[in-house]
Amino acid sequence: MKKLDFIIIAVLLVCAGGLYFSGFLRPGDEGAYAVVYVDGEEVKRYDLSQNTEDTITGINGTNQIKVQDGEISVVSADCRDQVCVNHLPINRENESIVCLPHKVVIEIENGGKNSIDAVVK
Amino acid sequence: MAKKTAYYGIFAALAILMGYVEAVIPMPVPIPGIKIGLSNIVVVLCMYVMGTKEAFYISIVRVVISALLFRGFVGLWYSLSGAFLSYGAMLAVHRLKDASIIGVSVTGGVFHNIGQIIVACIILGRNVVLYLIPILMVSGVAAGFAIGLVSKYCLNYLEKKRE
Ligand SMILES: [Zn+2]
Repeated sequence: MKKLDFIIIAVLLVCAGGLYFSGFLRPGDEGAYAVVYVDGEEVKRYDLSQNTEDTITGINGTNQIKVQDGEISVVSADCRDQVCVNHLPINRENESIVCLPHKVVIEIENGGKNSIDAVVK
Repeated sequence: MAKKTAYYGIFAALAILMGYVEAVIPMPVPIPGIKIGLSNIVVVLCMYVMGTKEAFYISIVRVVISALLFRGFVGLWYSLSGAFLSYGAMLAVHRLKDASIIGVSVTGGVFHNIGQIIVACIILGRNVVLYLIPILMVSGVAAGFAIGLVSKYCLNYLEKKRE
């Protein structure tokens, strides 16, 4: 093994590490959006790449949502259990936030893993 | 000339064998058709035993035949682009005097994987799979290193036989 071999291996590994930790290639905000359903019907969808705040009118109350940094979360709601508010922000395919009292469901579509799953299926 | 033809035959046969082994080994990524690149060993060896031009022919033969035998059409595009990219990169390193067969092989392994991912992106129409590149680069280095070591021993053996 020659010196340049070590250099090549080191450079390649450093590049891999750099790409990995920079998050440059990370998926998540490309084409992903959050779909809001009230009582089973789609009422609105939000592009996760665009930061925004909005109010969703559910059954018997409202939920304040926030889209930021490719994630959506419920910031406040006037429901009794506050489960939706306490839920962590979501950004991946198949993740959802549910507000049972208001019959509100927020689901991610086209999120991070989606197209790979689609191919494997 | 006859000797050359015999070499071509041996390398092609080896390539097909490796293609089969490869088709059986699962990859740590959730994309079908992406392979570890073991058959690169044939191209690496060929580059040193026969020459760079011959290695190019072998790399195409290997891709087409193993695609016909063990994979489908999609697999063919993955591996063709992987083969071209890795061949080009290996050729560049091969020309450097301070690099050995191991450096060539590692480079080939990494670029083989990058080529496959690029095609996967094109086929899927989205670049979500790009995040697999770092993982595949590391696995490419590992596979390339192993292949380089084996190739080196083969080469030493071949050279002893020739004397
Ligand atoms: Zn709630």
